[in-house]
Amino acid sequence: MLVVLTVIAIIAAGVLASVNAVTAPQIEKINAENLAAGIKAVMGSDEIQVSDPWEKDAFVVYDINDKAGAKLGKAVVTSENGFSGAIKVLVGFNTEGDILGYTVLEHAETPGLGAKANEWFQDKIVGMNPGKSNFTVSKDGGDVDAITASTITSRAFLKAIQNAYNQIMAETDATSGARQQTTASDIETPEVIE
Amino acid sequence: MNNFKVLVNGIIKENPTFVLLLGMCPTLGTTSSALNGMSMGLATMCVLIVSNFLIALIKKLIPDAVRIPAYIVVIASLVTVLQMLIKAYAPEIDKSLGLFIPLIVVNCIILGRAESFAAKNGPIASIFDGIGIGLGFTLGLTALGAVRELLGTGAIFGVNLWGEEYGMLMFVLAPGAFLALGYLIVLFNKYVKKA
Repeated sequence: MLVVLTVIAIIAAGVLASVNAVTAPQIEKINAENLAAGIKAVMGSDEIQVSDPWEKDAFVVYDINDKAGAKLGKAVVTSENGFSGAIKVLVGFNTEGDILGYTVLEHAETPGLGAKANEWFQDKIVGMNPGKSNFTVSKDGGDVDAITASTITSRAFLKAIQNAYNQIMAETDATSGARQQTTASDIETPEVIE
Repeated sequence: MNNFKVLVNGIIKENPTFVLLLGMCPTLGTTSSALNGMSMGLATMCVLIVSNFLIALIKKLIPDAVRIPAYIVVIASLVTVLQMLIKAYAPEIDKSLGLFIPLIVVNCIILGRAESFAAKNGPIASIFDGIGIGLGFTLGLTALGAVRELLGTGAIFGVNLWGEEYGMLMFVLAPGAFLALGYLIVLFNKYVKKA
């Protein structure tokens, strides 16, 4: 009986491996397309160049330039725990830190309530600057109307964006020079093999 | 039992949601809207049909002592294959359903039917049992989802009937699931199953 179970497990593993080999590139392609479309949407422009992402703590940041190479801003993937599970948001900022757009990538909020976050905040926070305004829900004295009956989702959503803002602003002020230097030195010291 | 009887048996006499009360976790968890309930039901049906068929085929090769682990390996592999295929070729479905698919592995309907039907019947009858039980589960979840969506948000399948402001929020949340399910079980057993 050990033999039978082993044989079944081996066959199952073989099937899984081969299906994975077929589908993995396709899944990767779809994810990349989704991300590219999402970045274009949150930056509000099709004419962009997207840098390779760099990760800091829980954030994934893409530097966005226009086709001529001028800085447009950054797109950040950020997440925060909502009412049920993490809410993952892709948000675009211009160089001043104004919000250009956002899209909710993943969430498990209550349908009909917190799940409305992707539409609800579109006409509320786009154009705001989390550093210059009171970026919390009105219940907490802020400038943003929370989703009706979904204060917890709204708080988490705004906090995710606030954290992303803090992250990129700190990065721009203090360490962006240093980061560029490290990238440059990486290029300057290639391995020489004789 | 002929195949048609097997099919109807799964929808009415042994309806997994309202009579057998199997798979209650996905039933309560995923029926916050009619569409979610139906999607979960259909995904489960796909796995159930294939798992019933495969297990009916290989049941003679599997010694009794290891049959449960063997079934679980088969079912878990099927669900994983389904998940990978959906992710790769139907990303839209994956968006609305992605969360529920891994849940199918632990759905006791699948293992229950493998044990109680596929292990004792031929592959063709097992396919019909999968279709019947799968349809019964889908209908149950769709009905429950429709009731909760209508009472909770005033809409069915996203089509608004009398405006969201009249919705009773509780029905979208967990307590409403238990209440709605309880009443549906009563109605089903009193009217549909007796008829």
